[in-house]
Amino acid sequence: MNRFRRASSILGATIAATLVIAGCASGSTSTTDNTPITLTLATFNKFGYSDAMLAQYHTLHPNVTVVQNIAATSQAAQDNMFTKLAAGSGLGDVEAVEVDWMPKLKQYSNLFVDLTTSDTKSRWLDWKSASATVNGKLIGAGTDIGPEAICYRSEPFVKAGLAGDPAGVATLLTGDWNNYYSVGQQFAAKKTGVAWFDSAGATFQGLANQYQNFFEQNDGTVIATTNPDVKAAFTSVLNASATSSAHLQEWSTDWNAGMANGAWATMLCPSWMLGVISGNGPKITDWKIANVFPNGGGNWGGSYLTVPTQGKHTAAAKELALWLTAPEQQIAAFVTTGNYPSQVKAYTDPALTGAMNPYFNNAPIGQIFAARAQAVKVTPYKGVKYAAIMQAVQDGLTRVESKKQTIDASWAQVVSDIKALS
Amino acid sequence: MIRRAVVRWSGKEGTPRRLQVSQQLGRLDVKFSPYLFVSPFFVLFALVGLFPLVYTGWVSVHDWDLIGGEGNWVGISNFVFILQQRQFWIALRNTLSIFLLSAIPQLIVAIAIAAVLDTNLRNKTFWRMSVLLPFIVMPVAVALIFGSMFGERYGLVNTTLAQIGIGPILWHTDPLASQVAIATMVNFRWTGYNALILLAGMQAIPRDLYESAAIDGAGRLRRFFSITIPQLRPTMIFVIITATIGGLQIFDEPRLYDQIGLGGADQQWMTMTIYLYKLGWTQLNFGRAASVAWLLFLVIVVIGLANLAITRRIASSEST
Repeated sequence: MNRFRRASSILGATIAATLVIAGCASGSTSTTDNTPITLTLATFNKFGYSDAMLAQYHTLHPNVTVVQNIAATSQAAQDNMFTKLAAGSGLGDVEAVEVDWMPKLKQYSNLFVDLTTSDTKSRWLDWKSASATVNGKLIGAGTDIGPEAICYRSEPFVKAGLAGDPAGVATLLTGDWNNYYSVGQQFAAKKTGVAWFDSAGATFQGLANQYQNFFEQNDGTVIATTNPDVKAAFTSVLNASATSSAHLQEWSTDWNAGMANGAWATMLCPSWMLGVISGNGPKITDWKIANVFPNGGGNWGGSYLTVPTQGKHTAAAKELALWLTAPEQQIAAFVTTGNYPSQVKAYTDPALTGAMNPYFNNAPIGQIFAARAQAVKVTPYKGVKYAAIMQAVQDGLTRVESKKQTIDASWAQVVSDIKALS
Repeated sequence: MIRRAVVRWSGKEGTPRRLQVSQQLGRLDVKFSPYLFVSPFFVLFALVGLFPLVYTGWVSVHDWDLIGGEGNWVGISNFVFILQQRQFWIALRNTLSIFLLSAIPQLIVAIAIAAVLDTNLRNKTFWRMSVLLPFIVMPVAVALIFGSMFGERYGLVNTTLAQIGIGPILWHTDPLASQVAIATMVNFRWTGYNALILLAGMQAIPRDLYESAAIDGAGRLRRFFSITIPQLRPTMIFVIITATIGGLQIFDEPRLYDQIGLGGADQQWMTMTIYLYKLGWTQLNFGRAASVAWLLFLVIVVIGLANLAITRRIASSEST
């Protein structure tokens, strides 16, 4: 009995001592010393941060390993962000945020680290960094912007008797949206078996981003239900989609499959869409890019990298975010998946100006998107309710596209849904 | 050790005036230890059941931002707002519809499967385990795969149906079709589980009932409907109540059925939990979400009480 007691008490003391020592060791991890840490980089869709790039960061900072988690869509990333912000934990060390829901986050700027350094002063386009600044605090490091061109498939164009080369298509589509729709109707009349554009929803985004105050006034007042431009855009896109649309809701599994099967001939192409097209349709060989956009130009999307304060290694995460958004890295991302830089220094870099994309039949993407970015005249104002209003309108477009409702009935429901948001 | 005897005897008939300490402890033990033994359940319930209920009620009477925190007291105005929303009533309709579409076929198929498993099969254990396989697949994985299979243009189901000449069913556009698809996912997951529970109930039925019925000339089907089903009533009540509570709260399947996860452009498959999520986590209006949560709780209580009333009636008429 005594021997057992002695043995068990020695064992207990040893275990206790081990736990205490282990506990002491896992205390603070300062970022100035070289304790190995793992940073989680949470992005969505395609940011162009290849494994090679992350390995390069590891070579520069040997104690830091970067793990990338990629959400399927911006919507999924948004849901995750707000859920985990409310929970107080669970976010990655660096989180990507899209411009459409950045205003929602700006209300909670105290939950994000200030990314200002001596480097950041004039790194980005003014409007880009202004959209992520709250009372002088920069909460988002700009990654890309989304200057839009038109991507098209040359085989259906040729089959329909239209010009198939990029210059010819650019001439054909120069003009306003009515011109885009009427060329679409000519195309549809030729019955190539392929639709003109993918969905009313995606096309509507192109229209929405060409107005300064589409859904909201600069002070945040919601004008979506009364702004005649919104109703006009809604109606015109749906009228066109009756003959021209593939009726596949953007980002759905059917849309992905449709892209793989080449179900439509043109689509609005912000620079980040290049990676989506090439990723979804590896077997399609006739995608090309026309240096044109209805009504001149527009910007769709563009993202930021943020560092939530709930992370364990915020200083190291800030370094990573600022490195990834440096001009050199953004150019590398552009070459990989087409994410056009928002960094001013990148625009004069020969790596950018001379870039070509082999999937798009060697399109000179550097020149095309530089020209498209120049053509952007309007920076739309996006307020706190922008994402929710856009979702309500997108639902309205889907309802009409899937033939559930007439345009007027659907618009009435959109109006009541928007009113219920407040 | 010698305990001091505190017992005193007065006279010949001993009337113990005070008990020994150990006897006092014994009395306390008998009186209070049952409560201590069941207290872990109540403590746990208070923590994860009662407290969230009360806290959600507290949130629902305030104007509460999900991340910003508690705002002003608004009384019942969140409830009034919700009850006037078209989307709330559609969510309620969808929830009840999906529940019925999943619970009823599930139970029927589960009883049939249990009856088959109860017979003299070879490799009984293998069959009984494989019936449970769909249950161990993660609901998220099932929802993603089924959501893609039920794609309208390129989904597996529609392409297969097209080959036998049935036109494309609008799995994501038509409310009933989308609810059938979601009910299919729920049935896929829970039928095997319920079959095993019903199997356990079936195996508790005394075999001599079957023997005497067989002697009287009852066929297999007759024995099934006249002996098995009535004897299974308690198990079925349990299965129905758990299916009700679970079925009114399904979230994973409708959420992952499409890429947006808010129940469809016209709220075709938006259940109450999805509506709750929409209000609380996409509109960041925690107060309204909490009021939907409480309304869902009341709906479940009402349906549970209705369940109880009906099954008591059946049970009491049974016992006559």
